[in-house]
Amino acid sequence: MTSTIEPEIGRARLRKEDARLIAGRTRWTDNLALPGLLHMAVARSPMAHARITNIDVDAARRMPGVLAVFTGADLAGEQGSLPCAWPITEDMKSPDAPSIAVEEVNFAGEAVAVVVARSAYEAADALEAVDVDYDELPVVLDLEGAVADGADLVHPDLGTNASATWVFDSAEAGTGTDVERAIADAEVLIERTYRQQRLIPAFMEPRSVVVDPTGEQLTMWSATQIPHILRVMLAMTLSVPEHKVRVIAPDVGGGFGGKLQVTPEEILTFLVARRLGKPVKWTETRSESLLSAHHGRDQVQKLTLAARRDGTVTGLKVELLADMGAYLRLVTPGVPILGAFMFNAIYKFPAYRFACTNVFTNKTPTDAYRGAGRPEATYAIERLMDELAAELGVDPIEIRERNWIRHEEFPFDTVAGLTYDSGNYEAATAKAKELFGYDALRAEQRERRERGDTVQLGIGTSTFTEMCGLAPSRVLGALSYAAGGWEHAAVRMLPTGKVEVVTGSSPHGQGHETAWSQIVADQLGVPFEDVEVLHGDTQSSHRGMDTYGSRSLTVGAMAVVRAADKVKAKAAKVAAHMLEAAEDDVEFAGGAFGVRGAGAEAKSVSIQDVALAVFAAHDLPDGVEPSLDSEATFDPENFSFPHGTHLCAAEVDTETGRVTIRSYVAVDDVGKVVNPLIVEGQVHGGLAQGIAQALYEEAVHDESGTLTTGTLADYLVPSAVDLPEFTTDRTETAATSNALGVKGVGEAGTIASTPAVVNAVVDAVRHLGVSDVQMPCTPMRVWQAIRTGRTDAGGLGGEAGGGLGSINPEGGAR
Amino acid sequence: MRITVTVDGTTYTDEVEPRQLLVHYLRERLGKVGTVVGCDTSNCGACTVHLDGHSVKSCSVLAVQADGGEVTTIEGLARDGTLHPVQQAFHDNHALQCGFCTPGMIMQSIDLLADNPDPDERAVREGLEGNLCRCTGYQNIVRAVRDAAGHMRGGAGPEAEQVRETRNVVGGGN
Amino acid sequence: MIPAAFDYVAPTTVDDAVRALAEAGEDAKVIAGGQSLLPVLRMRLAAPSMLVDLGKVAELRGVREDGDTLVVGAMTTHYDVQRDPLVREHARLLALATNVVADPQVRHRGTFGGSLAHADPAGDLLAPALALDAELVVAGMDGRRTIPAAEFFADFFTTSMRSGEILCEVRVPKKTGWSAHYEKFNRVAQAWSIVAVAAAVLVDDGTITEARVGLTNMAATPVRATAVESALVGQPATAEAITAAAQHAAEGTSPAADGNADAEFRQHLARVLTSRAVSAAVGA
Repeated sequence: MTSTIEPEIGRARLRKEDARLIAGRTRWTDNLALPGLLHMAVARSPMAHARITNIDVDAARRMPGVLAVFTGADLAGEQGSLPCAWPITEDMKSPDAPSIAVEEVNFAGEAVAVVVARSAYEAADALEAVDVDYDELPVVLDLEGAVADGADLVHPDLGTNASATWVFDSAEAGTGTDVERAIADAEVLIERTYRQQRLIPAFMEPRSVVVDPTGEQLTMWSATQIPHILRVMLAMTLSVPEHKVRVIAPDVGGGFGGKLQVTPEEILTFLVARRLGKPVKWTETRSESLLSAHHGRDQVQKLTLAARRDGTVTGLKVELLADMGAYLRLVTPGVPILGAFMFNAIYKFPAYRFACTNVFTNKTPTDAYRGAGRPEATYAIERLMDELAAELGVDPIEIRERNWIRHEEFPFDTVAGLTYDSGNYEAATAKAKELFGYDALRAEQRERRERGDTVQLGIGTSTFTEMCGLAPSRVLGALSYAAGGWEHAAVRMLPTGKVEVVTGSSPHGQGHETAWSQIVADQLGVPFEDVEVLHGDTQSSHRGMDTYGSRSLTVGAMAVVRAADKVKAKAAKVAAHMLEAAEDDVEFAGGAFGVRGAGAEAKSVSIQDVALAVFAAHDLPDGVEPSLDSEATFDPENFSFPHGTHLCAAEVDTETGRVTIRSYVAVDDVGKVVNPLIVEGQVHGGLAQGIAQALYEEAVHDESGTLTTGTLADYLVPSAVDLPEFTTDRTETAATSNALGVKGVGEAGTIASTPAVVNAVVDAVRHLGVSDVQMPCTPMRVWQAIRTGRTDAGGLGGEAGGGLGSINPEGGAR
Repeated sequence: MRITVTVDGTTYTDEVEPRQLLVHYLRERLGKVGTVVGCDTSNCGACTVHLDGHSVKSCSVLAVQADGGEVTTIEGLARDGTLHPVQQAFHDNHALQCGFCTPGMIMQSIDLLADNPDPDERAVREGLEGNLCRCTGYQNIVRAVRDAAGHMRGGAGPEAEQVRETRNVVGGGN
Repeated sequence: MIPAAFDYVAPTTVDDAVRALAEAGEDAKVIAGGQSLLPVLRMRLAAPSMLVDLGKVAELRGVREDGDTLVVGAMTTHYDVQRDPLVREHARLLALATNVVADPQVRHRGTFGGSLAHADPAGDLLAPALALDAELVVAGMDGRRTIPAAEFFADFFTTSMRSGEILCEVRVPKKTGWSAHYEKFNRVAQAWSIVAVAAAVLVDDGTITEARVGLTNMAATPVRATAVESALVGQPATAEAITAAAQHAAEGTSPAADGNADAEFRQHLARVLTSRAVSAAVGA
């Protein structure tokens, strides 16, 4: 049978994953019930920095249904130290990171006791009976203050709050010239300090862990992005034999980097279940999640951009302070360093220097959040380019054009030492301008300014790129990352011709089952429906580096392609035998093997025929083993570099400071697209989170180190009403770093959108004397900026303003 | 306290603690784990179900308050293997990614279409303001709801779900 | 999160409810729709020994007329208030403010009386009740008494109801033919009001003859912008005149500061939003 099969890659396939999710047939970790399951709850420190002088758990132990209560002292001997896989410098200072505090607490929210009870209700009741006495210690909160002389110390034994300083200098690296020289010679200097506020990933599914110690292997289910890394780290941290641990990530409800972690609670659930010999579940409340799951961003960026009066940039100096919080979690120190390669962005800076000092404070540890390092860098440079344009009186897009890498200049070696393989910034920008109606909006902006309208219009540009596909293992090694960046896949041909794909990627909403099915359907010429994708269980998927950093498609799917190639190679030998032809004369097309040049009517054997023949194994060529199953581990040679042009039109009510996004155009170049529906969805979601950083979200600690945005009533995740309709489109230049030509899309929207929005806000009121508004651009900040030129209005008042957060335990106001 | 509640067409009578939240009764007693808990403050809407014909956040209703009532969850929408038009529209429009908010989103979408069978974009967004999604940026959710509106000709709102003939299960759940 | 344990009773009459509350003592709490109370209980910010649920007290639900007064049962849900034709005709301000309370699910369960008794200064129904000179009828073991809205809201989350009293109904003088608008200002859709302004005005032949303006979250209780009301009366219903009158909106206020707004910004917002609310009401 000859058929023309429409390629699956590029089709807007509806997702396989949906059927269960829309019907409520879900497998969230918290849905799991096991016989005799016990429930763990965690007592957390209300103090940001204190010595524990006494913990009284007797009353809690006597509470109904309580089986055990453990303190740090009870678990100190076996808890080890939570892993940090990214020692960015040889002299990096890293404190011991206990899962449960033993003598001292270093952030409000740190675990101080765990209660295990027959039900979650009884566990919650017993928590109230845990009584902890603290001796307060000085609280370190402010980044700049923390590294000033004589500062109080988070970890006095380290002797400093500075964990490490990491430097890249283009003159020293030989990738460019000396930035100080460029600054000295500059015709124009733009010097700014920007603040990346602290954010909370706020995945919708609260974290949950179930540990069953009753089997031969100890099994952990966890709402994690990284089941494979978690298993290795459990083995290394707790000295348990790796082969005696199985980790399963069932349905996972979002992560955004927030579930890229080996958490204290995973360790504690493990230890408690092992102690008690019973299955134990811990599911966090939203308040716990906001308080103690790792936070993101939080940097102070001191920036100097040198340029000539014609708008040509000549140098960029970046000095960062990055807030680690109280401890170094899994990749905490490396997050700001990921930005080091992206501040120069798409522009041809001849000189560049990046220096980042990582700083401890008495706050929740930070770690990866969607974009991780790259949003910070992109924000800084895209804001600076707008400032340069304003300084020179040039259109912001024009100033970018004068400096960006032209499409004929690829591959391009950047001043930060990367090689951008492909891109076309001109094409994406042209398309974005057209969709946006750039000229008409500029005309309206002028008209409103002249009229003195109380609602002013601003236009924000962001021509971004990013590095995706973590990562070439040798590069990670050079950056002192503890692991490689490869990914594993296996393809199994079942006797009936169906296909099982095992992937080391670990989806938590992305749609890998659908995309991988499309890729394999094309590779093997089998129907999309005949492919089953297995993931997230170290028993079925034994090797993996999991999902983060927009790496699944560029690395994980490439492993799938390589494994499928091996299946085809094995099948070709058998097919040649079945066709009684030489292997070299056999070709594979449309799911079947035939003899090259034999014509359409000639005999062919489908890959399913081959699979059945191999299963029977009655008549195989000599030396061929009866299996087509194959696996592959792919390690990329380079990162991939998605890019795009985002344009935002924002209206600013100058009377109230309210910002309303009027239109938003995103033209992204993510290379070849496997499923345009999924790509569009990723962009939409990314935009929402990037816009939320610009306008809404901020994790705030008060002067005693208490998180005051500890519920979703205070930490403002936007709803449908708060976001605009997006116009999204694409241009396509294939990546040359992988055979699929793909670049990755998971973080693009988040990285690009934040500066686009803030640029629009500033552009709307620049004529009123505003050159910056600190994020999030709240109404009060915008109003104050217009009125006084202050950029950082806001912060905490001493009194309650109403709402849930104002209620105190006595039922009155706070 | 003894309560009798009809959930997805089956009537259950159970002893519950007064403080038990409806969502915990559904999940832990009846095994209706399709309905999930996303927050403590009734902001996220992930736990949305229909109670006596209206959408409610089941984390902010006590099980005892539902005594004598009729509850529909995401698990009770499909009929004879056919998805509810809103479920189908969520699939058709790629209106979900991780899917955690989806049950609540779908239940609230059905409610809003019952009140307004032909909502414009603004009305959909406002009707969903009590439901948070972190994955989709809402755009495809809005599309899905408007698409579903086109496929529903009235009568498919919460009230149509209330099942007349019900099975009785005393001491239901586990 | 999980509430601490409590006893629960769901009486079916006001008399039974009052009796139950009296028997339960100081630590008992009334639950109406529960949309504010349940999150508070879940966060364990309160731990009453007993909840007296008014959900089954049929006599507390519904809207009726009593001469020149509209009577709204305390247990009437926001959803029902929004849609009630009597409310829309005679207390339009109330319907408009109710439209923007929380979100649809909460409006299905939450009640008018519950919101008022909760007395959150950021709640959206307090200022309209105050502006409309509502009277609140409460019942206790000593019988019923009527409290003017101006005396009902005593402090943050505190009313002048005595322990053991239940809010039964709210009597709102009809404002038939008045124009109204509720201008809410918050950061995201489901957030509480930073400031909001409730305005109801009577316009006769282009001139404002009566005005009521209430402010949300400008103090520990809702406040009346009486200076604005006085300044509006007799003025033409034009944007210029309204804006001028609205400059008095923050007089005498000393609002709190929080992460969303300091006192100065709140006072500024009160002026801007008052102007917008009154202008929107009259279509200026």
